[in-house]
Amino acid sequence: MKARYMQVLLFVLSIIAIQLATTLTDSAYHLTQLTMTAYYTILILGLCMLVGYAGQLSLGHAGFFAIGGYMSAFLTTHDLSPYKAQASVALLADWGVLTSRPDLYGGSLLTVNPWAACIAAVCLTIVVAYIIGGPVLKLKGHYLAMATLGFGIIVYRIALASSSLGAADGISDVPPFRLLPGVEITGSSSARVMNYYVAWGGVTLGMVLLLNLIHSRVGRALSSIHGAEDAADAMGIPTARYKLKAFVLTAVLASVAGVMLTHYNGGIGPSEASVMKSVRYVAIVAVGGMANLWGALIMSLLLNFLSLRGCFGVYDDAVFGGILIIIMLFVPDGLLRRKVFSDIKGLFSRNTPGEET
Amino acid sequence: MTLLSVKDLNKRFGGLHAVNGVSFEVPQGVIKALIGPNGAGKTTLFNLISGTIAPDSGSVHFGGAPVQGLRPYQTASLGMARTFQHIRLFPKMTALENIMVGRHIHGKAGFIAGMLNLPFTWREEKNIRDKGLEIMDFLGIADQADAEATSLAYGQQRVVELGRALACEPRLLLLDEPAAGLNMRETVEMGKLITRIRDTGITVLLVEHDMTLVMNISDEILVLSYGQKIADDKPLAIQKNSEVIRNYLGEDDA
Repeated sequence: MKARYMQVLLFVLSIIAIQLATTLTDSAYHLTQLTMTAYYTILILGLCMLVGYAGQLSLGHAGFFAIGGYMSAFLTTHDLSPYKAQASVALLADWGVLTSRPDLYGGSLLTVNPWAACIAAVCLTIVVAYIIGGPVLKLKGHYLAMATLGFGIIVYRIALASSSLGAADGISDVPPFRLLPGVEITGSSSARVMNYYVAWGGVTLGMVLLLNLIHSRVGRALSSIHGAEDAADAMGIPTARYKLKAFVLTAVLASVAGVMLTHYNGGIGPSEASVMKSVRYVAIVAVGGMANLWGALIMSLLLNFLSLRGCFGVYDDAVFGGILIIIMLFVPDGLLRRKVFSDIKGLFSRNTPGEET
Repeated sequence: MTLLSVKDLNKRFGGLHAVNGVSFEVPQGVIKALIGPNGAGKTTLFNLISGTIAPDSGSVHFGGAPVQGLRPYQTASLGMARTFQHIRLFPKMTALENIMVGRHIHGKAGFIAGMLNLPFTWREEKNIRDKGLEIMDFLGIADQADAEATSLAYGQQRVVELGRALACEPRLLLLDEPAAGLNMRETVEMGKLITRIRDTGITVLLVEHDMTLVMNISDEILVLSYGQKIADDKPLAIQKNSEVIRNYLGEDDA
């Protein structure tokens, strides 16, 4: 068995160990933050592939997260019962796209069911990612960062300004997402353990897919685009198409993460789309070591959990901004890079690390 | 048989006529050298052929089909592979991985197949790796397979770049100053390698300043000066060509 699947196995065992530890220490309430962390981690793993391996910086991925979250929140809470008589609504109901459920006041709501909403959200994300990515990925370095930042700001302002999206309050009362019979994404405390495993199962799946990808022909091509785009082009790699596909793929991961967290939290607010979120994700990828999926995962688990537990207090965003500055200044390759052991050895030898080239 | 045929190719950069009505042919199976003083338009001509830049007018036919205006990845998939004057290896990848990227056009596994690690990709990956090792063996650098490519000695980096281009299994190999930065011994080795590559049936077009190397290995030589062709002949005839001597080679007692 390949080494990378052994690592995945080890990771799954750690996930189980963490859950058991919370049971033993009677602190199962931690699972709530750990579950939310998992959904952010799915986005961050995708971003790590895009930034670290393919070399395309994006400061707009919170935008894709929000597109997924808002789309599914809107569709699963928007009551269609006044339009029941209309042919199109009736047709959707016939196809099983719509479900009715009781609302808070004992009435009945007719809304899009979460599976259909999720698919719609992913489709919208793909369309938006293609439209944005096509022109924007022609840019390089900080120009690309600025353009994706612009996209992130647009999504944030739209979320904040649209009354149909709840403006500053966002959308609440989002129903649970029944994935399989008996398995649903919901914030109710009775389903806390199950949701923990659903969320980290999602991370594991994403991790396996991305690990496979970076060790494949496409992964090599993406790394080569990162290293020397003109040479990759000369080797027959359609660089523009590959960059765009990688961008769309990671946008979809962000969007799915957004859909799931929205169902878990039972709502979404504009802060999920804010630029500081995008900066935070990039900071975590950077601390994790850029081209290091496991590093991104570990740092995401650690930092998101601490942040969600409120350990950084009112300085939450400042902490992540500070992390980014410190990483860029002192360890631009990240804390958790593959050469960490040789670096530690380097501290004790007379040669300064990094001088060997 | 003609592999590459260039007709009346023109490229201007503002007021500079970098390539001015150049026509020439490269027959199948030869080493053809492109020489000329600095700024003669050699690299521009190279970039026009490989598709890095598009010509203003004129045509390039490769294996009978027009290729002018195609993007580099398209000319590469048609069977042109190139190296760069300033080495452009992929950093943070091993020498073998660099060469494996050269196999790209011979693989099929896309994003979905890669993410799902589908069984057909296992065999494909193995073939890519085996072919990469075979090429490293051919070039005599097999012992460097797992070294980080950009940490190798300069001369070896040139060989790895050559290997990466060979991994494409090109019909035409474009070498932009393959001996630049190499010492005398390495240059001789590089010359031998290029000759061996030609002997496997690959046509070579190279830009080079080292006249000893050019005269030793080339079957034909094209001389450019100020964007124009001034000679296209066998090496011995080029050495005696008075215009080439005046423009480029220089008199012995000058």
